[in-house]
Amino acid sequence: MATRFIARVGQTTNNGLAAFGDFCEFAGRTLLWLCTSGLKWKSLRLLLPQMYEIGVRSLPVIGITGAFIGMVISIETFTQFKAIGQENRLGSVVFLSVVKQIGPVLASVMLAGRVGGALTAELGTMNVTEQLDALRVMGTDPIRFLVVPRFLACLLLTPILTIYSDITGILGAWFIGVKVLGVPSGPFWHYAEHGVELWQINEGIIKSFFFGAAIALISCYKGFNCGAGANGVGRACTESFVASFMSIIIMNFFFAQIAQNLYVGLFGARSVFG
Amino acid sequence: MALIELKHIFKRFGWLEVLNDISLEIEAGKCLVIIGASGSGKSVMLKNIVGLLKPDYGEVWFSGHRIDDLPQRALMKVRQRFGFLFQQGALFDSINVAQNVAFPLVEHTSKKPHEIAEIVKQKLRMVGLPDVANKMPAELSGGQRKRVALARAIALDPEVILYDEPTTGLDPIRSDVINELILKLQHELHVTSIVVTHDMNSAFKVADRIVMLFEGKLIFDGTAEEVRNTDNDQVKRFVLGEASLQELQTLETSENI
Repeated sequence: MATRFIARVGQTTNNGLAAFGDFCEFAGRTLLWLCTSGLKWKSLRLLLPQMYEIGVRSLPVIGITGAFIGMVISIETFTQFKAIGQENRLGSVVFLSVVKQIGPVLASVMLAGRVGGALTAELGTMNVTEQLDALRVMGTDPIRFLVVPRFLACLLLTPILTIYSDITGILGAWFIGVKVLGVPSGPFWHYAEHGVELWQINEGIIKSFFFGAAIALISCYKGFNCGAGANGVGRACTESFVASFMSIIIMNFFFAQIAQNLYVGLFGARSVFG
Repeated sequence: MALIELKHIFKRFGWLEVLNDISLEIEAGKCLVIIGASGSGKSVMLKNIVGLLKPDYGEVWFSGHRIDDLPQRALMKVRQRFGFLFQQGALFDSINVAQNVAFPLVEHTSKKPHEIAEIVKQKLRMVGLPDVANKMPAELSGGQRKRVALARAIALDPEVILYDEPTTGLDPIRSDVINELILKLQHELHVTSIVVTHDMNSAFKVADRIVMLFEGKLIFDGTAEEVRNTDNDQVKRFVLGEASLQELQTLETSENI
C-alpha cells in the first residue's frame, strides 16, 4: 500500500517535471524564433490579424469589466471614507487600486478567458485534425508560423489593454463617486493625481507584459499538446485558463513584493493619506 | 541505389511495440504500398520516414543522407522534398482552397503572387478541381478535400509523395479517382510514391511493390502478382478480408458475456 502510494507520488512528480521541462523547451523555441525571424515580413504579415483578434475584439469586454469594477470600488470605499470625513480623497485610493492591481490583473484575467481559451481551442483543433503535422511536413515550424505572432500580439497588446482598463476603471469610479455619490470633481482628480506616482503606473504596465507572455505561452502550449478528440480540446481549454489564471495571480504576488521592496528601498514608505 | 532506406527501425509507445526491427529500401520512381490491419504501425512507419516521429532505435536515410538525427531546422529543409497526403486531408480550415495550395509556395519560394496563382491553377487542374479555388475547405466533399490536399502536397514538386490511407472513407468511384490520380502523378511527375492503405483494390491498382506489416514486423515483400499467389496465411486472409478463427472466437466470448 505504502509502496504503491510512493510510486504514484513519484510518477506524478516525474510527469509534472517532464511537462514543465517540455513547456520550458516550447517557450525557449518561441523566443528563439522570435529573435531570429520575428521581425521579418514573413512573420509580421501574420501579426496584424492576431492583433485584431486579440486586441480590437477584446476592447468591449475589458472596457465594460474595467468600468464596473471601478464603480464597485468607488461605492465600497466611499462609505468607509465618508465615515472618517475623508470622502474627498476617494480618487487617490481608487486610482491607486486600479493602476496597480485591478487594471493589470483584471485585463489579464479577462484576456486569459477570452483570448487564451480561443487560442487553445484553435490550436488544439488544428492539432487533432493533423493541421500542425501538415505544417511540419511542408517544412514550416508551427511555432514560428502559429505561436510567434500570437505571442507577440499578446505581449504588445496586454499592456495597451491594461492602460485601457485603467482608464475605463477610473472613469467608472469617477462617474459613481462624483456624479452619483456627490464627491466634488476637483478634489477627486486632485487626490487621484497626488495619490499615485509614475512608479505605480509603470509597475502595472510592466507586469502586464509578463502576464501577456504567460497567457500566450500557456494557451499555445496547451493547444499544441491537447489530447485526441473534442474531449481533449475541451479539457485543454479548461486547463489553459486555470493555468493562465493561477500564473497571473502568483506572478502578481511576486511582482507586488519586488516592486514594494524596490520602492521602499529607493524612495521610502509613503501613505495615500500623506 | 535506394532513395529511402529504413535500417532496423524500432518504435514503441509506452508498453506497445509498434515497429519491431523494420528494414526496407525504397527505390526512386516506384510506388510502394504498405498494407496491414488497423493499428499495425503503417502510419507510424510513414511518419518515421518524414521525421514526424523519431525511431527509438534505427536509422532513416534519404537520398544518401541520414535524416532521423537531423536537428529541426535541417529536417524542415529535407521535408520540402516530400509531399504528404493526410488521411483527412488536413487542409487549413481558416483559409480557402487557393490559399491552401499556395501555402508551401508562399512559405518556401520567392515567387511573385501572379506566378503563385498560376501554379495553384495548374495544380488544381492536375487533380481535376479547377473551379474550387475560392471555396473554403468546409464546403468541399471528402473526396474533393483529399484532391485539394494532394494539390497542396505537389505544390513544391516533391521527389516523394506519401499517402496515408488516401481512399479511406470514400465511395468506390471516388476511391478510383484517387487511385488514378496517384498513377497520373507517378507518371507525369516521376515521383516516388509510398501509399499506406488497407484497401486492396487500391493497392493492386497502384503498387509496383507491396509490403505487409503485421504486429510491427514486415511479413511480406513482393509484387501485386506475388501477393495474389502467396501461401502466407496472414497475407491471404488480409487480401480476402477473412477474420481468423481466434478473432471469431473473441466475438463469441463477448456474446456469452
